[in-house]
This record gives sequence, structure tokens and C-alpha cells, in this order.
Amino acid sequence: MVKLTIPEIELMSPGHTGCQGCGATIAMRYALKALGEKTIVSIPACCWAVMPGVWPNNCMRVPLLYTAFETTGASISGIKAALRALGEEDVTVMGWAGDGGTADIGMQALSAAAERNEDVIYVMYDNEAYMNTGIQRSGATPLGAWTTTTPVGKTKFWERRPKKPMVDIVAAHKVPYAATLSIGYPEDFVKKMKKAKEISGFRFLHIYSPCPTGWKSPPQYTPKLAKLAVTSRAFPLYEVEEGIYRVTMKPKKTPLKEYLMLQGRFRHLTDEDMKELERDIERRWKELLLKEEMTAKLEELNE
Amino acid sequence: MVRMLLTGNKTTAYSAMRSRVQVVSAYPITPQTTIVEHIAEFIADGLMKAEYIQVESEHSAMAAAIAASNTGARAFTATSAHGLLLMHEMLHWATGARLPVVMVNVNRALGPPWSVWADHLDSISQRDTGWMQYYVENNQEIFDTVIMAYKVSERPDIMLPSMISQDAFYLSHTVEPVDIVEQEVVDNYLPPYDPPYRLDVNNPAGFGSLVMPNHYYEFRYKIAEAMEKAKKYIKEAAEEWYEITGRDYRGLLDCYRCEDADVVLFGAGTMMSTAKEVVDWMRAEGKKVGVARIRVFRPFPGEDVRKVADGAAAIGVMDRAYGFGRGGAFFNEVNSALYNHRNRPPTKNYIIGLGGRDVKPRHIRAIFNDLLKVKDEGLDEEFRWFGLRRENMPEEEI
Ligand SMILES: Cc1ncc(C[n+]2csc(CCOP(=O)(O)OP(=O)(O)O)c2C)c(N)n1
Ligand SMILES: [Mg+2]
Repeated sequence: MVKLTIPEIELMSPGHTGCQGCGATIAMRYALKALGEKTIVSIPACCWAVMPGVWPNNCMRVPLLYTAFETTGASISGIKAALRALGEEDVTVMGWAGDGGTADIGMQALSAAAERNEDVIYVMYDNEAYMNTGIQRSGATPLGAWTTTTPVGKTKFWERRPKKPMVDIVAAHKVPYAATLSIGYPEDFVKKMKKAKEISGFRFLHIYSPCPTGWKSPPQYTPKLAKLAVTSRAFPLYEVEEGIYRVTMKPKKTPLKEYLMLQGRFRHLTDEDMKELERDIERRWKELLLKEEMTAKLEELNE
Repeated sequence: MVRMLLTGNKTTAYSAMRSRVQVVSAYPITPQTTIVEHIAEFIADGLMKAEYIQVESEHSAMAAAIAASNTGARAFTATSAHGLLLMHEMLHWATGARLPVVMVNVNRALGPPWSVWADHLDSISQRDTGWMQYYVENNQEIFDTVIMAYKVSERPDIMLPSMISQDAFYLSHTVEPVDIVEQEVVDNYLPPYDPPYRLDVNNPAGFGSLVMPNHYYEFRYKIAEAMEKAKKYIKEAAEEWYEITGRDYRGLLDCYRCEDADVVLFGAGTMMSTAKEVVDWMRAEGKKVGVARIRVFRPFPGEDVRKVADGAAAIGVMDRAYGFGRGGAFFNEVNSALYNHRNRPPTKNYIIGLGGRDVKPRHIRAIFNDLLKVKDEGLDEEFRWFGLRRENMPEEEI
């Protein structure tokens, strides 16, 4: 018999107000399973600021503090400081922000909290655009994507820049742990979450969570897309622990086109355009493998 | 009694220490900087037990203070001018979240052009954020007001933040004798912070979720109601502090020789100490003048303003800030308090001291004389930029 590695505990009740097939709801459910009930969550403006429910409804079974869009890094620092002052040291504090609230407007507070090595978990759930406001481009929107502020139009105005490499950026702050997770791989997801819980200091988790509404993809393909993103290398799974990179999944490569063509946001791309995307993704993959190879040597330093 | 010679900023640090604040999150800005330095020294020397978050901005300072307060800790910060403006979003947040964060603001002018000197436009610009606002006139008042402000803010039926404003350099960097009340005495006055609701893993709840139009309105009404109630509690807290220290802050409006005054001059901050002095001189000359210092601006002491108006034949209002398009805020608020009142003496706005320009006794004397003229001859103009530079004006006339 296969041993279940995902805890049975449910800290998110039914009744969230997310869209059908929302990857971010799955992400929260898994995250809370891994962290357990002694967890306090802070959520800035983003889809998740609405999804727990309209007052007085609330689908969360852990304390939840809503905060302003750009403040997650500061908010979780404040909660942790207060818990220390009150002698409640055994509580996990988790910030839960979108890609816009992290890579763009919240970058400053995030960088400061990481640099101070605050004893908190910061999650960036990544649906690759500002979804709450209706699908506008963020710093995490991938190369080639349509959004409402990068419409295709007659001039091919679609997104011209690749994603901001958030794990690399946060890891450069010399924090103890940073990792990518995908809701397509629940075991890996929960394992990394639990690992993060046991580490003290700043922990950054970048969670890939598909958004059918924003990506123009069928809701039932959410888990499938979350897998294809990893296997096509558009979103590699890796972790950086004390500066050492480790690619946690090296799956057999699947065609990027298969991943792209399930989503309306990439429908305008020609084969030629897709080759450009492929080149960028392959380069980043090789770069990642090199980092893994190079930083492995740091192991000796850590000993 | 422990009397020490202290700057306004060191006094502020002592007020945080005596209030036993548990979380401080702060960011430096002239002329507030030495406040956060002194607090850091107190903590480093073990004189003060508090978590100190060296945030990267004032916006984060307030965000962290809010989160700490919501978690159940007494939170404190301090800022000035551009720092206060950067906090603006979070000032509204603290109010909506009903959190008793207390902050000292060092009133400073806004750029450009850059200026680090006294001016009230920074805090006046935060008028509608729902913070209680105090304006003090000396260092002792900073110390006393911070402690009293926590007492009022933390009442379960108030739960609103407080801002204590002190004038740049006139207080922040000026040494005065201050009675730093003993810790046990303060402890007896100000019990530990024990909020009715907080982030607690044993009693999970959500704070600040989306609310539909059918309820938002009532949340706002409750804030309005608490702000109104605070008037009574500010007086009660001052009464109790008066019994302990003998120092009298029992009026939201600090009236000096107003009772039988023909003309009364309103205003806030340190220039009002100068005005009180001038009142004494002019009284000795037989001129019936008085001063009404706006000590508490939010909630606004409208009733007290009306009482003053009942006895006065002309009212002047000094504003150390200008609201472009329609005069100083204190003037406008005094006027609005009087509009529906029986007795409405003429009112005149004196814009003065912007960007730290000295407000001297001779300026105040000239204003009183001008007001006495208004009393006899009627209002000539509503707004006067007092001491505005004219071409070839000798420096000593400014
Ligand atoms: C200061 C500020 N600017 C803008 C907004 C409007 N706003 C709310 S959510 C949001 C987008 C959030 O995007 P992201 O962080 O990616 O989360 P998502 O909605 O995609 O889950 C924006 C722009 C805001 N709430 N506050
Ligand atoms: Mg997003």
C-alpha cells in the first residue's frame, strides 16, 4: 500500500469564492495541511483577499489578517515581533501574496524582510498576472502572454519580457530557504512546505497556480497545466537551501507547445514566436543546472 | 519626581519606555531621527524591553505596527513630514482595523522646495484618516500626552489610533526640564494592553475582510461614534493624570485668559506658548486679549469653540499650514463649528510660520492689534499671509 504523505487535516472549509478551477485555492489548502493549525496568515490585496468569503463568512480555520497590497513583508514581520513580545514563539507566520503583490508593489517590503531574515514564511502564489483587477500584466507575466494591458492588437503588443526570477532574487538575500512549488505535484509541494516550517529565518516559497479565468484555459486543466509547466521547463521545480541550488524534479521534457496551446493567452503565438519562448526557457533551464552544479561545491563550506 | 533636561525627541523615547510599548517599528527622517535612535539605545542598554523592527520605509513601519497591534502587542512609531505622507494609506488602515497604535509626528514642512523646519501641513494632510490628533506646546506635554493617548486609544469602546504632533526643532531638538514620571506610577495609570480581539491560534478569526455595501456603512458609523465618545475619555484621562501629576490637560481646547477677552486668538503648537506670553504683556496694558490653543484637533472641540465665541467680539486663527484654495484648516474648522451657532463674531485667518519661519512676540502683538481693529471696524479681509516678504523689505521686518 502507498503511504499517504499529505496530512488529512483540513484548515480551509468549503465555501471559498474563487473561480472554478482556481489553482490558488488548491495551493492554500495544501499549504495549511502542511503547516497545521498553529499558523497565522496575512493576506494583502489579491484574489485571495476576496476568496475567504464576504464578511461575516470566512472559510479559513486559522487566524487571518488582511493587509494592504504592498505590505506583506512588513505585516508578517509585525505579527512575528508581537508574538515574540507575547511569548508565543511556536506559531508559524505565513504571508500569502500574489505575484503582483510580491514581484512588483510588495518587492520593497519583501526584500527588507528577507534581508532582516525575519522568522516567517513568505508565499508568492503565482497566477502570472494581476487577476483580482482583471488580468493585467505583472512582473511575473511570462514572455509571450496576452493580458489586458499587453493586448495582442495589430502590433503584437503581447508581453515582451520573461518572468522576474523571484526565487533567485530572494535567495540572493542569503536567506536559509527559497523554493518553487507547483500545485501539480502535491507531494513535492507538501514536502517543501513542511521543510520550510521546520527551518527558522526567512523562507520564500514561489507557488505556481494556474488561473483558468486569466489564462483562458479550461478549469478542469488546472492540475494538468501545473504539471505541464514543470515538464516543459517553463516553471522548473527547485530549491535553494543555504545558497545551494537543487533541482527537485528533472522530468522527461514535454513540448512547450503542448503547454502553451491549452491556454488562450498564448493562442496568438506563431511557431516562430514559440521558438523564441523555447530558446529563453532552455537557456534558463541550463542556467539553473549550472547553478546546481556550481553551488554544490558550497556544501563543503557549509560543513 | 525625576526631572531631566531633555529634547522633545528624547522625551518621546522616554514616553515610549514608560508606556511599556512592546513593538517599535520605525524609519529615520529629520527631525524625528533621534527618537528612533534613543529608543534603539534604550533597548540596546536593556532599559527598555521591546521588539524593534528596523523597517525599510515608513509605509512598512505603519504596516508592521498595525500587524503587531492586531496580534495583541502595544505598538509605537514616530515619523515626520514625507514619512507621514508615505504612511497615508496605512493611517486609514489602522483606523479601519480599529487599532490603538500611537505615533509621535514631528511637524515638518513638505517639499519641494526641501525644508526640514516646523510646519503643520504634514499632519493636517492626515486630518480625515480617523486618527485622534494632539498638538503639543512643550516637551512635558509630549511625555504626558503619549501616555494619556494610549489610555484613551486602548479603551475597548474606542480602539482608534492616536497621533501626537510636536513642532520640528522648537521641541524636537530643544532641551527643557521634563518630569519623567516613575514607572510604577505610569503602570498604575496605564494597564497592559489587553484587546478584546486579536490574532490568536486558539481562537481563529479573520480581520479586515471584504464587506458589502449593506454593512460597510455601519462599520464607518461605529468609528464616527467612537471618535465622538473619545472627547469625554480624553478629558477623563486628563483628569486622572491631573490628580497624579498636577499637570492640567483637561481641556481639548487650552484656553488662556479667554473668559473676559474681547478678542481671542486660536492656533496650535509651540507658537501658542509665545502667544500666551504676549497675552500677559497686553493684558498689563489693559488690552483684553486671550488665547485658545487647539490641543486636540481630532476629535474637534466644536462645543468649546462655541463657548469661546460667546464671549469674544472677534476671533483670529493662526495656521502654520495652508490649504491651497481655501485657507488654513484650523480656520476652516473653527468657522464650521460656528456657522450654526447663535453668536458668530468675525473671524480672520493668519497664515504664519510656514517652513519654520519664526513666530515672534512682536508678530503676535501685531496680530492682536489687528484683531482689535477688526472688533472695532469690522472684517477687512478673511485671509492674511502674515509677514509676507515684499520687495526691498528689510530683514528685521520679517
Ligand atoms: C496600492 C494599491 N494599488 C492597487 C490596488 C489594486 N489591486 C488590488 S489586487 C491587485 C492585483 C493583485 O495581483 P496579484 O498580486 O498578482 O494577485 P492576484 O489578484 O493575481 O491573485 C491590484 C492591482 C490596491 N489594492 N492597492
Ligand atoms: Mg497574480
